[in-house]
Amino acid sequence: MKFDHIIIRYGEISTKKRNRKGFVDKMKAHIRWSLKDIEGVVLTANRERMYVLLNGADHKPVIDRLKGIFGIQSLSPAIKIERDLEVMKTAALYYLNHTLEEVNTFKITTKRADKDFPYNTDEINRAIGGHLLRNTEDLKVDVKNPDLNLLVEVRREAVYLTGEIIQGAGGLPFGSSGKAMLMLSGGIDSPVAGFLSMKRGLDVEAIHFYSPPFTSERSRQKVIDLAGKLAEINGSMKVHIVPFTEIQLLIQKQIPENYSMTTTRRLMMRVADRIREKEEAMALITGESLGQVASQTMSSMFAINEVTNTPILRPLITMDKTEIIKIARELDTFEISNLPYEDCCTVFTPASPKTKPKREKVNYYESFVDFESLIEKAVSETEILTVKPGQTFDKEEAMEDLF
Amino acid sequence: MIYFDNSATTKPYPEVIESFMKVTSNYFGNPSSLHGLGVQSEKLLSAARKQIADLLKVKSSEIYFTSGGTEGNNLAIKGAAHSQGNRGKHIITTAIEHPSVEDACQSLTKMGYEITYLPVNEFGQIDVTDVKEALREDTILVSVMHVNNEVGSIQPIAEIGKLLKQCPNVLFHVDHVQGTGKVSLSLREANVDLCTISGHKVHGLKGTGILYVREGVRVDPLFHGGNQETKIRSGTENVAGIVALSKALRISMDNQLLYHDKLQQIKTYLYKGLKEMDGVLVNSPEEGAPHIVNFSVPGLKSEVLLHALESEGIYVSTTSACSSKKRTISKTVDAMFHNSARSESVIRISTTYGNEMEEAKQVLAAIQKIVANLEKIMRVAK
Repeated sequence: MKFDHIIIRYGEISTKKRNRKGFVDKMKAHIRWSLKDIEGVVLTANRERMYVLLNGADHKPVIDRLKGIFGIQSLSPAIKIERDLEVMKTAALYYLNHTLEEVNTFKITTKRADKDFPYNTDEINRAIGGHLLRNTEDLKVDVKNPDLNLLVEVRREAVYLTGEIIQGAGGLPFGSSGKAMLMLSGGIDSPVAGFLSMKRGLDVEAIHFYSPPFTSERSRQKVIDLAGKLAEINGSMKVHIVPFTEIQLLIQKQIPENYSMTTTRRLMMRVADRIREKEEAMALITGESLGQVASQTMSSMFAINEVTNTPILRPLITMDKTEIIKIARELDTFEISNLPYEDCCTVFTPASPKTKPKREKVNYYESFVDFESLIEKAVSETEILTVKPGQTFDKEEAMEDLF
Repeated sequence: MIYFDNSATTKPYPEVIESFMKVTSNYFGNPSSLHGLGVQSEKLLSAARKQIADLLKVKSSEIYFTSGGTEGNNLAIKGAAHSQGNRGKHIITTAIEHPSVEDACQSLTKMGYEITYLPVNEFGQIDVTDVKEALREDTILVSVMHVNNEVGSIQPIAEIGKLLKQCPNVLFHVDHVQGTGKVSLSLREANVDLCTISGHKVHGLKGTGILYVREGVRVDPLFHGGNQETKIRSGTENVAGIVALSKALRISMDNQLLYHDKLQQIKTYLYKGLKEMDGVLVNSPEEGAPHIVNFSVPGLKSEVLLHALESEGIYVSTTSACSSKKRTISKTVDAMFHNSARSESVIRISTTYGNEMEEAKQVLAAIQKIVANLEKIMRVAK
């Protein structure tokens, strides 16, 4: 006895009308990709559901991977068996013994689509229920709120058993909303912002500002490691590493200290927007959360945002730090983010940055400096990496044979 | 030379020594240093951690490096006890644990902890229902070895894990030192919270080890200092040893896939041969680990037989190597059979993947000859 298929239910996609096919196709492609190395599995889809036919493959790893795929509302493993009451009993017991969650109470719901089946629903319920109770310990029937509602569907061609409902990741299928650029700092917030954007169907590339020798190789590696975690969702993530030292030094020299932070952010925005244009993406994503630091007050954002009319997505804007940390822990990025290395945002932080900077003032200060040529240079010297999951700790070639 | 004492220690793989040499001479930076040399060492450390986590199918952040099995077991037991002590002071373990578990538990009794030792049957196994019955409101930790170091019996770790899943307040520690690379154990599926592994039992180097600490489990450190290993184990990491360990573990787990059947055949051959031998009692269970066969020749002191075998170029051990100097009886065999003649005359044969059937044949023949000869003398002496 083995599970032979997994039922996949669509979440939000089912509310889409004429565009549904596009969403379903994206999700199908993502599922295919994530199951590609599991032998035997076949994917089929109809308007309401998808089915993964296991063909002998173990259901647990398949479910584990499906759980991370955006657009899936819920999943249920299912067994297809012959129309024989004894077989049905055995299969039901197998199902009960192989659920992912612990089951203490259950009920049986039989649907008899084929009325020629020699037992009626009541008889089937009782036969299977009795069999389960006889062959388990501490299991009880609960018809109101059972841990497991085992569905027995008797059809003309076969009997289907299902019941356990496993929550999926929700959201929209990967890439169904287009592409956006994530400003990835190495802190706790930006990877979370990236994840939440991907959950809404965005294809995300990362931009990181790197200021050697003020920031170390380690902080660069940290960002690659974080991108490697996000890459687990779809297999790879492009990371644009912008050399930012020259611009930062010029800001230090030319802009009054309390406005240097505002100008730095504005320049990051301008560089990022230029890269976005090159990559034909349609938005920038930041990990800003309202009021968290000086650059994230309303006045700051108002002053910083002036440099572009590209949509800036701020998925964390209303979240508290504790909520963000919770997601970062689930994503496994928290520990990486927490490593104590200087990054581009911390190294030149002024002692008392303006929390209420004014647009007029920052424009006035910037008007004496020609940043344009440096922006061009930074964009053209940007290094582009494609980070793969698990590649996070890149063993260099010389080190490879040590392991 | 025939080396059949692999449960005491294994010979490091040549590739492992090569890795150690290269790392220790080329990448000698302190992984905590900020400069480039430090970064390189840290990269090696991270890569080793990742490789080990992948092999054990857990997360990198759940792998902590120790100096070996003894430290791992002490850190797991005392560390868990100290962090949980305000909730309760009851610990459950078995009667046949390695001294590093037994004595660590024993040392806690001075601080008011109570220890329950579960008995084993003649197959060297505890009963899961005994665990269930021993559980109390104030139980904080259950520590059970996976494979017994003396007789090779395998404990029902998965079932105990399943039972303890219903008691989320009770931590589950597994001493996996003898099982690693020989008997598979899924830490995730068995619901294990803490797991000890030793490097030199899997053809790595002495002084290296791993403690798996499941995410969310708190363990108080035994050493305080530089806050390495996220404060759980301060002290500059043995980077070369750790890289060597990650290689040793990889090769051992590959070997387990490739040569497990061969190892099992050798064990079955020894087991059957000893079973049929006059005057010999086999202590190991037939269903035990594939690399340990323990037997007794009642009336004949272990050490006499050990040295007789040594004179033929065959290396075996009496009880566990760690305690054999104490000239005591085998605690495990005594717990299994309650027979002092049997537990005073114990010999342990322990093999590994490099061993050949031909060696087993020679060893069996040698035992046969020695026992027959000595028995003559012994009978006269009686």
